[in-house]
Amino acid sequence: MLLQQLINGFTLGFIYALIALGYTMVYGIVRLINFAHGDMLMIGAYTGYFILNALGATPSSLVLSLVVSMMVCAVIGVALERICYKPLRTAPRINILIVAIGASLVIENGGRILPFMGPNPRQYPQLAGSVNQLDVMGQQVIISQQDIIVIVVSIVMMAGLGYIVKFTKIGKAMRAVSHDTRAASLMGINVDRIISFTFAIGSAMAAVAGVLFASKYPQVQTYMGILPGLKAFVAAVLGGIGSIPGAMIGGIILGITEILSKAYISSKMADAVVFGILVLILMVRPTGIMGKSLKEKV
Amino acid sequence: MLEVRDLNVYYGNIHAIHDISFSVSEGEIVTMIGANGAGKSSTLNSLSGVIPYKGSVTFQGKELPVGKPHEIVTAGLVQVPEGRRIFANLSVKENLEMGAFSRKDKANLKNDYEVVYTRFPRLKERLQQVAGTLSGGEQQMLAMGRALMSRPKMLLLDEPSMGLAPLLVKEIFSIIRDINANGTTVLLVEQNANMALSIAHRAYVLETGRIILSGAASELMKSEEVRKAYLGG
Ligand SMILES: Nc1ncnc2c1ncn2[C@@H]1O[C@H](COP(=O)(O)OP(=O)(O)OP(=O)(O)O)[C@@H](O)[C@H]1O
Ligand SMILES: [Mg+2]
Repeated sequence: MLLQQLINGFTLGFIYALIALGYTMVYGIVRLINFAHGDMLMIGAYTGYFILNALGATPSSLVLSLVVSMMVCAVIGVALERICYKPLRTAPRINILIVAIGASLVIENGGRILPFMGPNPRQYPQLAGSVNQLDVMGQQVIISQQDIIVIVVSIVMMAGLGYIVKFTKIGKAMRAVSHDTRAASLMGINVDRIISFTFAIGSAMAAVAGVLFASKYPQVQTYMGILPGLKAFVAAVLGGIGSIPGAMIGGIILGITEILSKAYISSKMADAVVFGILVLILMVRPTGIMGKSLKEKV
Repeated sequence: MLEVRDLNVYYGNIHAIHDISFSVSEGEIVTMIGANGAGKSSTLNSLSGVIPYKGSVTFQGKELPVGKPHEIVTAGLVQVPEGRRIFANLSVKENLEMGAFSRKDKANLKNDYEVVYTRFPRLKERLQQVAGTLSGGEQQMLAMGRALMSRPKMLLLDEPSMGLAPLLVKEIFSIIRDINANGTTVLLVEQNANMALSIAHRAYVLETGRIILSGAASELMKSEEVRKAYLGG
C-alpha cells in the first residue's frame, strides 16, 4: 500500500518538478516570479488535446503532442517575456509581478472565449493503455501506462535540461547571467537572448508537464494550470528558488507529501496539510532545501 | 583608436561625469587616475554601453551603441570590471569559456587558451576549481584571462590593484605591461596612481567627474599637484 502511494507520489511529483523548473530558471535569470507560468501548462495540454484528437491517441501521436506543445509553449513563453516583462525590466519588482498576474488572467480568460477552447472542460484522449500489475515482495502494485509515461518522459526531460545547463555553451551562459548579469554582458553575452532562451526552455518543460498532467487526470479546461502552477511554485521555493536540483527535489517532495496526506490523513485536507508542512520546512530553512544565502543568488 | 567627446553621466539628479573628453591611441597604455567617487567606473561603464550617457564615443572610427554591451565586446573593446566580478559559481575553465562567448573564430580558440595559461600559470593548475574559491589575486588574474579570451583590441581595466597585496599588485601591473607589449591597447583606471603612472604612457586626472589634468605619465609623476593629491606628497 505504501509502495503504491509512493509510486503515485513520484508520478505527481515529477510533474510538479517539471513545472517548478521553469519558475526557478526564470527566477534565477531575471529575478521574476512568472505567475503566468502555470498557464503554459494549460496551453501545452490543449495543444496535445488537438493533436491527440486529430490523430488518435497512439504512442506516436503522444510523442508528436509532446514535441509540438513544447514548441508552441516555447514561442508563447518568449513572446510573453518580450511583450510583457522586457519593457518593465528596470521597473520596480512589484509592477512586473502585477503584469505577470494580469497576463495570466488574460491567457486563462482569453482561452474561454476562443471557440476552439471555450469555457467547458473537455475530456482528454486517453491512450488505450494497459494497467500493469506488479508483484513486489508479496504486495500488489499497480502502475498504469500513464504513470510509466510520466516517469520516463520526466526523467528524459530533466536529464536533458541538466545536460544543457551543465555542459552546453548556452547553459553555461545561463549560469553566468544568473550569477552576475552585468559581468555577463561585459563578456559579450547577449543577455536578452539568454533570457529568451530561458523562457523558451521553461515554457517547454511546462508544456510537457501539461500533456502528462492531462493524460493522468484526463480533462482540460483553461484554469487547469492554476493549482499545479501554484504548487510547483511552492515546490520551487521549497527546493530553493533559483536552484535547478532544488526544483526537482522540491517537486518530488511536494508530490509525495500530497499523495501521502490524501491517503493517510484526509483527502479533503491534503492541500492544507501539504502547505502546512512546507511552511514548517521553510521556517527551519528559509532559503529552501538547496537554496544558498539570498545574497549569493543561484 | 578611442575618441570620447563631451561625455556626461547622470544618476537621477547626480551629475557624475561633466563633459569629459579624452582619447586613446592604438598601442598605448593610458591611465585615468582619481580618488573614490571621481567617476572612473562611470566612465568605463559608459564606454562598455552598460549605463546610459550623453556624448559621443567612437572606437576605431565607429560610434559605439548604448545598451548593447555585447556588440561593443564584439567590436573589440572589453572591460575587466571593478571588483573582478568573476562567475563565482562557474569553474575557472567555464569562466574563460564565457570570455570567449562572442568569438566566431573557433579555430584559434585552443591556442588562445594556451596563451592565457602561459600568462597565468596559476589558473591552469585550477581549471576545474569553482572560481569563487580562488584567492583575490587569482580572481583578478581570472578576470583578466577571461577578458583576454575575447581577443580584445583594447582592454578597459577598472582598478585591478584593488584589495591586493603590494607584491601581487606588482605582478598584475607587469602582466598589464606585457599584454600591452603584445599588441593590446590599454585604458587603465586606478586609485593607485603611483603604479598606474609607472606603466602608462599618458594619463588623465579625474576629480569629481571632471578631467583636471592630462599629459605624459612621466610628467604627471613629477607634477606638484599630482604628487600632493595622489602620490602621498
Ligand atoms: N548606480 C549609481 N547610482 C547613483 N549614484 C552613483 C551610482 N554609481 C555611481 N554613482 C555616483 O557617481 C559618482 C561616481 O562614481 P564612480 O563609481 O564612477 O566613481 P569611481 O571613481 O569609480 O569610484 P571608486 O574609486 O570608489 O570605484 C559617485 O559620486 C557615486 O556616488
Ligand atoms: Mg570605481
